[in-house]
This record gives sequence, structure tokens and C-alpha cells, in this order.
Amino acid sequence: MRAQIKLPVKQDSAPAGAESPSSNGTGAAADKPLSLVPAAFKIKFQTKNNAFADGTFRTLVILCALSVMVIVGLIAFELVRQSHLSMAKFGFKFLSTSIWDPVAENFGALPAIYGTLVSSLLALVLAVPLSLGTALFITEICPRRLRGILSLLVELLAAIPSVIYGLWGIFFLAPLLRTEGQPFLARYFGWTGLFEGPKYGIGMLAAGIILAIMILPIITSISREVMLAVPRQQREAALALGATRWEVLRIAVLRNARAGIFGAIILGLGRAIGETMAVTMVIGNRPEIARSLFAPGYTLASMIANEFSEATSDMHLSALVEVGLVLFAITLIVNAIAQFMIWSITRGMPARNIA
Amino acid sequence: MDPGIRVQELNAWFGGTQALHDIGLEIPSRQVTAIIGPSGCGKSTFVRCLNRMHETLPNATVKGKVTISGLDIYGKGVSPVTVRRRIGMVFQKPNPFPTMSIYDNVAAGLKLNGFSNRRQLDEVVQRSLEGAALWDEVKDIMKKKSGASLSGGQQQRLCIARALAIEPEIMLMDEPASALDPISTSKIEDLIFQLKQQFTIVIVTHNMQQAARVADLTGFFLMGKLIELDKTEKMFTNPSDKRTEDYITGRFG
Ligand SMILES: Nc1ncnc2c1ncn2[C@@H]1O[C@H](COP(=O)(O)OP(=O)(O)O)[C@@H](O)[C@H]1O
Ligand SMILES: [Mg+2]
Repeated sequence: MRAQIKLPVKQDSAPAGAESPSSNGTGAAADKPLSLVPAAFKIKFQTKNNAFADGTFRTLVILCALSVMVIVGLIAFELVRQSHLSMAKFGFKFLSTSIWDPVAENFGALPAIYGTLVSSLLALVLAVPLSLGTALFITEICPRRLRGILSLLVELLAAIPSVIYGLWGIFFLAPLLRTEGQPFLARYFGWTGLFEGPKYGIGMLAAGIILAIMILPIITSISREVMLAVPRQQREAALALGATRWEVLRIAVLRNARAGIFGAIILGLGRAIGETMAVTMVIGNRPEIARSLFAPGYTLASMIANEFSEATSDMHLSALVEVGLVLFAITLIVNAIAQFMIWSITRGMPARNIA
Repeated sequence: MDPGIRVQELNAWFGGTQALHDIGLEIPSRQVTAIIGPSGCGKSTFVRCLNRMHETLPNATVKGKVTISGLDIYGKGVSPVTVRRRIGMVFQKPNPFPTMSIYDNVAAGLKLNGFSNRRQLDEVVQRSLEGAALWDEVKDIMKKKSGASLSGGQQQRLCIARALAIEPEIMLMDEPASALDPISTSKIEDLIFQLKQQFTIVIVTHNMQQAARVADLTGFFLMGKLIELDKTEKMFTNPSDKRTEDYITGRFG
């Protein structure tokens, strides 16, 4: 069936070799050195010198990597050493009891663990949709010229010191929650039992909101990066199938970036868990587990920050260090998960060239 | 006979630079039309104007008329999305969705159209994979393995299957085999030969032997202009234009 067509390829009759010397035009100057590179810079075969430099560099890099591990190890060791008093007395009950009584020297960290987890999850619930929306807007919708400015503004949020957020929380957010937020939520969602209690303003919800604002930049900027890293070909594949703008975002952009976005969220979670100053200022610092989000609470970090300077007894100090150990373990695990998620996408990423 | 493609006074720009100048031609239905020309001459831009993909690039604009089944796809009120749903496109670099299984890749276009009947979907996926000569190779793994786990040639056939699944009338292929090894290339060429029973195919290639092997008609582009379009046999043995002859005899490009 196929047409057998011979291509009438006309070849130049002159042999290929005959043309090259004349095209160079250097036939007469053949005795001059052709190279412009001074002899000293010419690449030689590997010498001992080279191997030595390689070896030194290698050692140096290994030492750098090791020093990080040593530092982490030292911190963990110190935390364990300083908290042995409390560990010996309370054992695993430290993690599961709710009494925190410095006077009676009876310590259980459960309310702080609960507060840390709830305030961080609250922050995620508020920050994730906002961050993803912002990242999508920056990468897909806003004009190119605005991209840089908007990204800069978002990153600026990350540069504001934690204590400033705390002040803002005390003087703006808490009064607002007290006079507007709680009455509103209690009226319409009071049946959930999440918004009851006296109107302090400060409490778990205030902490969650402040944390959400604080982790917004990191989630936004990392998800923006992974969305931008989705190759143009993926978008074109979706477009060519007749996808609308939103469908392109869904099946080409978000789907391909989902592991990275997940990593970004976990990284934000890690930050929320460890955040100290602002939370200490707005959470109310009471070691109780309450159903209401307007009740004061405590987090692991705020407990240490709040009580460390006043702790006089050895047992109290030791218990606070153990709180630190728990916090250290939680953040380490969360960050390890985040790093793994990010690694697992960048590794399998298709080439990013734009054809 | 319908749908062929009629192109009239088609111009395309990237910002201020014009990539296509007053292209006018007719592409007959159920035949393979090859577009050849040196790189940068506007071949990709041309086929991307046939399904309104060109305008999705930043600053890219189009002017002119492209008529398919009596409809000017650049006419007022025509939605580019519906145009693209009727026209399949295969790109130079295989671009399956890596986070979807092979099955979901093929079903992606139908799912966009709101098609969700499981049994019918199974049927369409099988028929599309068979149509793309990939069924036998993937039928046991298609629900478990990702589209990206296949070899380059298989990925390209998967992309063809994905385009076939929406039952387009026209199939645009932009150098579909240029990133593939010779064996995969010849599989793709065989496939094109079979597909032209049902589809109007436009294939861009910079490989003239490939054009000679698969195309009924060949159009030669140079610097954003259509130099000539004629029966492939005539183009390669006795072209009307001197520039075509220079190109196919290897004087430039
Ligand atoms: N995304 C782009 N932005 C600006 N100019 C482009 C872009 N893509 C292609 N061009 C230009 O348009 C012309 C035609 O390109 P193209 O259609 O890709 O050629 P071909 O497919 O024949 O190699 C070239 O001069 C190229 O430089
Ligand atoms: Mg091209």
C-alpha cells in the first residue's frame, strides 16, 4: 500500500574532505600553534594532586553533614538527661494525665499535647484553603507583572516577628473575637458545643487564627513553587482534551503537585506545632482540656516559655524539660514526614523543559 | 467527505513577531496530510491554530478563518473548549498524566465530559487502547500502573489512545515520533496508516522520509509561509516550487 518514493537526493560531487582546508582558510598558517589555551591551563590526565583535593573536599562535606547529626543528637541527649527526674517519677503517665500542679509536684502533659495538636490543626484548617487559593491565584490567574509583588507580600508575612503577631492578637484579634466572633458563632453554631463559655477573647481559637496567619507564607510559597514546576506539557495535555481552565488546574496542576502541596502543609504544621511566643500571648495558658474553642488552653511550647523562668523546684524544671522532649519528638516526626513527601515528588519529577 | 479543514488567511503572532503569514489551504478528510519544513518555520504554530491551542500561550494571537464541518472555529461565540473536545492532539514529547493510571489516562477526556458509566467507560478504554495498538501490552497492568511507567513509545501510543477516546473527527500530531526509537516510530507510522480510515490526520514532521511513507498530501512551510501543498508523490518527485525542491534535496534546513 505504501508509496515507495525515492528521494532524489543530489549529492555534491566534490568529496567532503576536499572542502575543509579551504573553508578554514588556514592552510598557510599550519605551522603556528592552533590552540589559544596556554599550556598551563590545558586539561591533563588525573594527577595525584587532583585526588588529594577530591579527598579533602569529601572529608569536609562529610564532616559538615555529621555536625548536623551531632547537634541533633546532643540536643536529644541533653533533653533526656535533664528530664530523667520527671521520667522516673511519672513514666508514660506523663503523656496521659491531665493534672499539672507545680505546688503538689504532680505533672501530666496531656492538656499541653492536646492544645498543641488542636491549635495546630485549627491553624491548618484555616490556612490551607487560604494558602492554596493564594498560590493558585499567583501561578495561574494573576498577570505576570503582579506575580512578583504578590509573592513578595506573602513572604513579608513570614518576616514579621512572632511577638508582633502576639501583640496584634491581644489588641485586635482577641477583642474582636470577644465582641463579634463568639456571639456570632455561639448563635449559629452553638449546638456544636464548640463555642460556649465566658467571653475572654483569648483562647484556643485565637491561637489557631494567629498560627494560621503565621504558617500561611510557607504553605503558599512552597505550593506555588511545586505548581510552577508542573511542566507546561501537562497543562497542554489537559487543554488539548478540552479541559476548561478549572479542569486544567484540577487534573494537570493540582494533581501533579499534590505530593508537594502535602509536603508544604506538613511543613506548615511543623511550624505551627513549634511556634511559641505569639501562642503564649493569646492562648490563655491554662492546662485544661475544654471542648469549647473559646476556652483558654496551653501548648507544649507556650508551657515551657511561660513557666521556665518561674520554675523553682527540680521536679518542675525536669517536667518542663520533658515537655520539651515531647515537643522535640513531635516536630522531628512531622518534619521528617514533610521532607520525605517533598523528596518523593522531586525525585520522580518529569523533565521540566518547555518544548 | 466532511470534516476536512479549510484554512483561510490564517495569521499567528507571538507578541510582536509574526509566526504565520496568510496561510490558506484545504486539508481533505480521511487522509493524512503532512506538514514539513525546517525547524522554526511555524509547523507547530500552524497545527496549534487548528484546535485553538495557540492562543493558550501567553501573548499569542491568531487572526483568520479555520472552517471545520462548516463551522469557523474562530467565529464569534465559539468556545475553544468545545473545539478542542472534537479534535485530538498528540504532542512531540509524550505527556501522559503521571499521577493517573494507564486506564485513567485514557478515560481522562471522557471524564471531563461527565461520562461516568463504568461499563461503557471500560469499553471505550479498551477500544481506544486497541486503536492505539497498546491494548495487548497493557491490558493486565492498566489499572495499577501509572502512565509514566511505560516506555517512551508506549507513552506516545497511550497519548494517542487518550486522544482517540474522545472520538475526535480530526487528529493533530506534532512530530509524534521524533522523540522515539526507530521501532516505536514504525509502530506509530503503522498506526497512522490505520487511523486514517476514520480520521482526518495532520502530522507535523521534520523527517521527510516519514512524510513520504505516511502522507497522502504534503505541505511545505518556510519562514511562516505555506510554499506549496500537493500530493506527496508530486512533492517529492516533481515539486512546483524551487524552494521545495531545495529543501527536499537537502540544500538547506
Ligand atoms: N512560545 C513561543 N514564544 C515566542 N516565539 C515562539 C514560541 N514558540 C515558537 N516561537 C517562534 O515561532 C516560530 C515558529 O515556531 P514553531 O511553530 O514552533 O516552528 P516549528 O514547529 O516549525 O519548528 C519560530 O520562529 C519560533 O521562534
Ligand atoms: Mg515544532
